Amino acid sequence: MTLALLPEILLLGLIVLIFCLVVAKPGKDVAGTWLPVGCLAVLAAAGASLGQSALLFGGTYQVDPLSQFMKMAVALGLFIAVTNSRGQATLKDEVRADYSMLLCLSAWGLMLLASAVELMTIYISLEISSYALYALIPLRAGDKRAAEAGIKYVLFGAAATAVSLYGFAYITASQHTTFLAELTTKQWDFATNPGALVGLIMFMAGFMYKLALFPFHFWCPDVYQGTSNETAAYAATLPKLGAVVILVRLASLLVPGQPGMTILAVLGAVSMTFGNLSALVQDDVKRMLGYSSIAHAGYVTIGLVAGTAEGLASASFYALVYILMNLTCFWVVCHLSKDGRNMRYADLDGLHQRSPVFAFVLAVAAFSLVGLPPTAGFMGKLFLLTAAWGRGYDWLVIIAALNTAISIYFYLSLVRHAYTHDPSSASETKNSGLALGTLFAAVLLALGILPGPVYELAAQAGKSLLP
Amino acid sequence: MTASSFPVLSALIFFPLAASLALLAVKGEEAVRRLTLAAGLAEITLALPLAGFDLASGGFQFVEKASWVPQWGLTYHLGIDGISLLMILLTVALLPLCVLCSWHYISRRIKEFHIVLLLMTSACVGVFAALDFVLFYLFWEAMLVPMYLLIAVWGGPNKRYASIKFFLYTLAGSTLLLVAIIAFYAAGGTFSIPELMTKTFSPRLQFWAFLAMALAFAIKCPMFPFHTWLPAAHVEAPTAGSVLLASVLLKMGTYGFLRFCMPLTPDACVTFAPLMIALSLASILYGGVIALGQKDMKKLIAYSSVGHMGFVTLGIFLFSQRGVEGAVMQMLNHGITTGGLFMLVGAAYERSHSREISENMGLGKYLPAYMFFFGLFSLSSLGFPGTNSFVGEALVLVGAFQESLLVGGLAIPGAMLAAAYMLRLLQKLAWGEPGKGATFTDLCPREWIYLAPLAVFVLYIGLAPTMTLKVMDPSIDKLLKDFSARTEYTATARPINLAHTPVMNGKEANQ
Repeated sequence: MTLALLPEILLLGLIVLIFCLVVAKPGKDVAGTWLPVGCLAVLAAAGASLGQSALLFGGTYQVDPLSQFMKMAVALGLFIAVTNSRGQATLKDEVRADYSMLLCLSAWGLMLLASAVELMTIYISLEISSYALYALIPLRAGDKRAAEAGIKYVLFGAAATAVSLYGFAYITASQHTTFLAELTTKQWDFATNPGALVGLIMFMAGFMYKLALFPFHFWCPDVYQGTSNETAAYAATLPKLGAVVILVRLASLLVPGQPGMTILAVLGAVSMTFGNLSALVQDDVKRMLGYSSIAHAGYVTIGLVAGTAEGLASASFYALVYILMNLTCFWVVCHLSKDGRNMRYADLDGLHQRSPVFAFVLAVAAFSLVGLPPTAGFMGKLFLLTAAWGRGYDWLVIIAALNTAISIYFYLSLVRHAYTHDPSSASETKNSGLALGTLFAAVLLALGILPGPVYELAAQAGKSLLP
Repeated sequence: MTASSFPVLSALIFFPLAASLALLAVKGEEAVRRLTLAAGLAEITLALPLAGFDLASGGFQFVEKASWVPQWGLTYHLGIDGISLLMILLTVALLPLCVLCSWHYISRRIKEFHIVLLLMTSACVGVFAALDFVLFYLFWEAMLVPMYLLIAVWGGPNKRYASIKFFLYTLAGSTLLLVAIIAFYAAGGTFSIPELMTKTFSPRLQFWAFLAMALAFAIKCPMFPFHTWLPAAHVEAPTAGSVLLASVLLKMGTYGFLRFCMPLTPDACVTFAPLMIALSLASILYGGVIALGQKDMKKLIAYSSVGHMGFVTLGIFLFSQRGVEGAVMQMLNHGITTGGLFMLVGAAYERSHSREISENMGLGKYLPAYMFFFGLFSLSSLGFPGTNSFVGEALVLVGAFQESLLVGGLAIPGAMLAAAYMLRLLQKLAWGEPGKGATFTDLCPREWIYLAPLAVFVLYIGLAPTMTLKVMDPSIDKLLKDFSARTEYTATARPINLAHTPVMNGKEANQ
């Protein structure tokens, strides 16, 4: 049992330690130096607990291949986000330790979410993660837009939570249980049990908000634009993992062809098209990434509606690939923005001269986001599309493929500015973070060329849900 | 058909990759150029084992197969038949020539340029060698990025527009190709191309898959009306980029028709043949007419490419031995001839700093060697008897006349247009007034070195096409046999058996 819960326990230990240190030495950056190492340890713990399985705490908490895969992804993302947030220019020194603690707390909530198999547990885990994030968003020194972003995030988040809880009530009322294992045995079609289906969709809406799936996406570009680069990197990636894991668990309740699935498929199609079309006209890189994350949420739904183990596995795999490529993109943006201001495309001009390594890393991340081979993004998309073909949603596959063609323009703009434009001014570039950036790019390429071993983990997760 | 002990194809794909990594560590412009040239020559040496190709077999040879992503049945599966062998040899041979023709032309970001060239070669060989559908798609798309960079970084004044147009067009075309690949996987249960070739698919799947694939391949060729990216890209690309674009990239489109459309969607091919033939004829005529009015040499050659590639697609969709033979011949010849022409335009640009015909007139008196090569490649381009293109075009035309008098009759003006625009260009360059060539120097040894091999091939294939035909014939026989077995479509009787008469083949055919 200890091994099964090792990553959570270790991360909680880190959080408590930071808390105690902050209380002892308020206003000091007590965690900055050792926290990345601590996060690496959590990642190692998550790796060690991969094969575990257990059902704990009265059947509300399940350690299975899916949860462990997601915990590993969360730990990986947390490591990148924490390392990335060091030396953040727009953060006051006295809140640095609190910032790190909230970051870890939010990730901890996501880890719990990965294992939660009971609706109330799911809800509480989600809130642990969200509340930490509500506090994180406005932490950008003296920036009014950050405050605006914070308020938007809280308000929309609260509304989504309310909808989610309302749906929860419907599910409990019509199915008389809140355990997912029992819910899978119930009827979910509209004819026999309309309340349950409506409830399920409303409950899912809360997670679609986290995932920024259309029509729950309004907050996303504004929040990314308003908050600091480093917080945006976290908010754009890890919470999506939590949403994906729950949607994967809930989607295994539905069968393709049912109204619930079709609604999900339509939302996915609209989401990717809307996200990509809106991203086309953006000038602010973070805002573009915000809209692109809406599109990527749409791609993930392709795996969910397939209704097969392969589909769920592809969705999980794509979620992992997504956080990796998006964090890599943010990594470059954060390290290039000297004073922490928002980056525009023009700020990337001549990057190939200023920092050839970052230019290359950015190119790999951008092409991965497009889904061009030989990057991980291509493999992820290939698996998603292949899983969904012939399952009744062929139109969704075609729309997704066409969306690649739309999205190429704005991702290519990153590469275009970095490689083909001459530097506008002789601005110098920080050269920190080159080694890790290169490592992330290498991982993206490696996953694109040999995805087999990592996909196998996701495949087991899928099989455990839909044998 | 057995797996050879030395993985030739993998070596051809991965050696340029390794060389590009090695380049990262090299300092100094000259050293980078020399090392890339050496890598190009080494790549040719690596291709020598391909001489062991069994000319009697139409199947895939030098097959390499390894598990790749077992969960989805992806395999690392390589192999070549006669058609891909010719394309790979063309690709490999062009690499050192491209390095040589960029020796002075490229003056900035030299290391990156050569890395991109090597990556291109790698991806291009991969496209022609891949026998797994996803592996094919991987190389097909991977090639876009280096080509984009070639145009966008080292291109002319309007490079931004041209490079984005190239990328958007080709990527948009190939997204649906991916869907077609997935649909074949769903229906056939495998991504392996040889296995898929043995299966028969439902007419509905064939119909839509053909449309999806044909869009991707027609944009790549490019066929009228999807050709508009080509002139823009050609005009802006640096010489080496134009050469690769014309000689290798365009061939991938027609290669796709041969490798995927005909074996996988035979019924749909028959259904759509009239449309494809009409579009091919439109390409031939349209390309020719527009080329006639160009003032920019590169644009002229770019539009002539549209016409020449029209002959290739025309030949393919005749589904006859003559037609397909001619098409493959033309693919190879267009690569050689147009590659040579683009190199010559590049050489002229280095002297006059302009691609306008009016700025490069009257070179005949001062640059005899230059004009010799230009004349040779121009004659080849218009299909002059004795040069390589004549063989290809003649075969296609024979096939076209076998099909119907109308098709053949409509293709003939295309051949005449080619003569008109190429002779006009040649005349102006050689004797045009006012002459600009007085201050220009004639070809230097470096330029001789990169033009001579192409010139040799122009004459060799033109005068003795037997060897080339022998390489491709078994594969084409197999392709057409499978095709007609599937469709009960029998190509019209072949009264004229040109390729087996001494007229075309010289003495060897009778031995």
